[in-house]
Amino acid sequence: MLLKKLSEASGVASRENEVREIIRDDISDHVEDIYTDVMGNLIACRSTEKSGPVTMLTAHMDEVGLMITNIRKDGLLDFMKVGGIDKRILVSKVVNVGSDGIKGVIGSKAIHLQKKSERKKPIDIDNLYIDIGATSRSEAKKVVNAGDTAVFESGFEKLDNDMVLGKAFDDRTGCALLTEAAKIEPRVPTYYVFTVQEEVGLRGARQAAYSIDPDISIVVEGTTAADVPDNEEHRYSTSVGEGPALTIRDRSLISSRPLLQLLIETAERGNIPYQFRRTTAGGNDAGVIHLTREGIPSAVISVPCRYIHSPVAMMDLNDYNSSADLLKKFISETIEEGKLNK
Amino acid sequence: MVNVDLLKEMCELPAVSGYEKEMQDILKDHFQPLTDDCRRDELGNFIARKKGKEGGVSIMIAAHMDEIGLMVKKIDDDGFLRISAVGGIDPRTLPGQRVCVHGRDKLKGVIGAMPPHLLDKKSRNKAHRLKDLYVDTGYDRDEIEKMVSVGDIISIRRDLQELENEYVTGKALDDRAGVLLMYECAKELADYNHEAKVFFVATSQEEVGVKGGITSAYNLDPQIGIAIDVTHGMMPGVDKNKAVEMEKGPVISFGPHVHPDLFELMKKTADDRSIPHQIQPTPSPYGTDAAGIQVARSGVATALLSIPQRYMHTSVEMLSLNNIKEGAILLASVINKADDGFVEGLTCF
Amino acid sequence: MIEMLEKLTGGFGPAGEESIVKEIVKSELEEHSDEMWEDKLGNLVIQRKGGDSELKIMLAAHIDEIGLMITHIEEEGFLRFTPVGGVKKKNVPHKSFVFSDGIKGTVGVEDLDNDDKLKFEKMYMDIGAEDKEEAEKLVSVGDTAVYARNFVNAGGRIIANSLDDRAGCAALVKLMQGLKESPHDLYCVFTVQEEVGCRGAKTAAYDINPDIALAVDVTATGDTPESRPREMTLGEGAAIKVMDRGSISHPQIKNLLEKLAKDAGIEYQFEVLEFGATDAHSMQLTRGGVPSGTLSIPCRYIHTPHEMIDGNDLTSTVELLEEFVSCEEISEI
Repeated sequence: MLLKKLSEASGVASRENEVREIIRDDISDHVEDIYTDVMGNLIACRSTEKSGPVTMLTAHMDEVGLMITNIRKDGLLDFMKVGGIDKRILVSKVVNVGSDGIKGVIGSKAIHLQKKSERKKPIDIDNLYIDIGATSRSEAKKVVNAGDTAVFESGFEKLDNDMVLGKAFDDRTGCALLTEAAKIEPRVPTYYVFTVQEEVGLRGARQAAYSIDPDISIVVEGTTAADVPDNEEHRYSTSVGEGPALTIRDRSLISSRPLLQLLIETAERGNIPYQFRRTTAGGNDAGVIHLTREGIPSAVISVPCRYIHSPVAMMDLNDYNSSADLLKKFISETIEEGKLNK
Repeated sequence: MVNVDLLKEMCELPAVSGYEKEMQDILKDHFQPLTDDCRRDELGNFIARKKGKEGGVSIMIAAHMDEIGLMVKKIDDDGFLRISAVGGIDPRTLPGQRVCVHGRDKLKGVIGAMPPHLLDKKSRNKAHRLKDLYVDTGYDRDEIEKMVSVGDIISIRRDLQELENEYVTGKALDDRAGVLLMYECAKELADYNHEAKVFFVATSQEEVGVKGGITSAYNLDPQIGIAIDVTHGMMPGVDKNKAVEMEKGPVISFGPHVHPDLFELMKKTADDRSIPHQIQPTPSPYGTDAAGIQVARSGVATALLSIPQRYMHTSVEMLSLNNIKEGAILLASVINKADDGFVEGLTCF
Repeated sequence: MIEMLEKLTGGFGPAGEESIVKEIVKSELEEHSDEMWEDKLGNLVIQRKGGDSELKIMLAAHIDEIGLMITHIEEEGFLRFTPVGGVKKKNVPHKSFVFSDGIKGTVGVEDLDNDDKLKFEKMYMDIGAEDKEEAEKLVSVGDTAVYARNFVNAGGRIIANSLDDRAGCAALVKLMQGLKESPHDLYCVFTVQEEVGCRGAKTAAYDINPDIALAVDVTATGDTPESRPREMTLGEGAAIKVMDRGSISHPQIKNLLEKLAKDAGIEYQFEVLEFGATDAHSMQLTRGGVPSGTLSIPCRYIHTPHEMIDGNDLTSTVELLEEFVSCEEISEI
């Protein structure tokens, strides 16, 4: 399943090669044209000769990860975060370093050896390091380099109840959904944009939007679902199992009302469950796309995931499939000439 | 060797973010003979253009000419000037610092510090905060009001000094040292028959949000943009993974703000020509003009060349001049190598 | 001027939902514009064609205000919300709020150990609904409420909601109504979504592509008991902004405004603000850069339900604006 391949692929911000290749292989035969730009964004298009609002669908290829900053004399690797990771989830994880996927662990002092007061505090990132088993710098340098990136090792797993586990659902989920959308014929000129460097500040999307200059934009994301114990209901951002989440506003975007309305109509017409994203925290590529040039009406469809930005997130395949239905229905049935034109 | 006189002149000039006009003449004097034309754009960026061969590649080199400084926030009843920061000033470095207040004329002043005899034990252990500091010109309120207004710029006064071992120290080496590198690069380029059209840009307002970088990149719309700035050199108390060596050469940065092909070109050129250099893995794309340039229009292939420097954003910044010379040679070689073929490959991933 | 200001502050318009208050401006300026349109993000643009000069001047006052967006409706009819724009949590409990259709509510707070633990998640809005069903007839998730409308003329000083930035809007409206002619092409933009990051101004400036830009907004003062040391004082004139955290005003624009004020005998003061940003931040960075500045109206208690300005400062602002858009020297910038 493509989602499995994408989730397991390595692609820290600015090193999205592996992910880009998987997507390119998957959709090249289905689209009119496919190319990359100077940032490394992968852009494909269909139906460019048709009339109607030029539509840009966007998902980002990069995931949060780590960068090796220094190889110590003792062979251990210093690292820094690339993108937003809660430093408390780093300890005791297995990582894959570099394009060859050299295995390493983020270890910590065994609990037996820690003072009681130490145990109460989260371990500072300056005291964490990756151990690949090398005992000297020269040994380590044979297989890794400063500047290499590392991702969590995390296999994709499907549970019996339609739940899936894996890393990087933010935003390989969006990428997978876009590849599905690319396989049906859209009613209007449509660009499928797989962006880079979203996790380090939305740094790939606006350039693509500037080039393409679309009439409308829809960003497809994996978003946080905080429907977990110890969290009050009104603080859930989205809930797993209740369908794709539509954003009203988040930290970087106030969704275009008319576009949001069209998505709601599409969902209701097709009996697709949907919910609203209830927190306004977090931003995504829509934040920079909608302010490009003279402005581009934008909306966001997200698939709810628990434990996002951690090595193991959880998602409901039913939500994934409903999101795919919504997206496909929108570009093949809803959007047409006369709606939200320039 | 590099032009230390030029560096001294530039560093001692006051050109705080947003108020860089005084730099224009000295830049024009030095870049005009090496380029085809010079101009100033809407946000005060200084742009010197050097033509290459017909239809060649367009490259933008950027070093920022602005420095951090202060501004008069309010004149209090006794004539002391309350201050606001322009850019990332560490207030703890200010007490006892001589300054220049740019009112109707340039006025000398000093940032006062309460003598320890008059401080209680608790105060002596607290770091100075900007709102507690003030500039003393020796004038009282009636006098000072005639000469200074709220909003006037205050610059740090510090001469550039040469130390042992090719080191220099002073204020605003961040990033006048980068401007010097850019100048030395322009000098080196005079010997090359390069294909690329080169824009040497001394950017404005980098310290308050890489603003000159953002707007000049939009204006010039280059295919390649290389920023020159300073980076933290090793000093006590800093982890090895957060700083570079002071004397092992200019630094080629590596991270989301650096196009992989450009990085390879710079590294290979340095290796081929035996130019001492260091590689600095940088997970964050922010902090220099490279960040602003990279996102212009449809995107620009960017890179960052850094000069190791200690004590950044103080008035005793310190660096080794050797790194500047080597950096200039490296940059000129890289510019010479960037041809149509290289540029075509930039969009191939 | 005061009646105009009252009309504008009475208009509902949180960031992202500015339609109602935009209508008020449209009706006021219909007969005073050569062209009027709304752009892709919803900014309202009023154009006044100029004479011989080809200079394009863009003036921007933001028409949006801060508010609270409903995120969840409890079973018992209470509403949970999240702030829209820079709402300070201490300015929310027990204040009155109103929705676009007039539904009113007040904000209550869960029991807290101490005041330091106050957070938006601990507050809720009470519109008097008995349960979720009743509440859903009145409001929906996604609806936004703003401070209840209030307006008092206290001897020339105005106490009202949303003077940030309806005062700036009033200044622009008055300017356009009073302006006979100007040599330059004038674009008066009532921007949207400023409170959530100066967004409207970004796309408006890209579209218009002006040669000079000036934002008209409010600024904080240093004239209340034990306030932070600041120069700005109510009643001492229009404030020429030198710097805030969003932009450093173009020195020539600053100098020109000072010269014009001095020559015309208009009361003015200089402003250095240690926090905040205005639309000038966005306009300055548009395309290849636009020389920009801000003219501010001093205002106390910004982002509270009852902000305060001095009517004279507002008048001075309009007068200085008129000088600015009509002068010849502006072409030299």
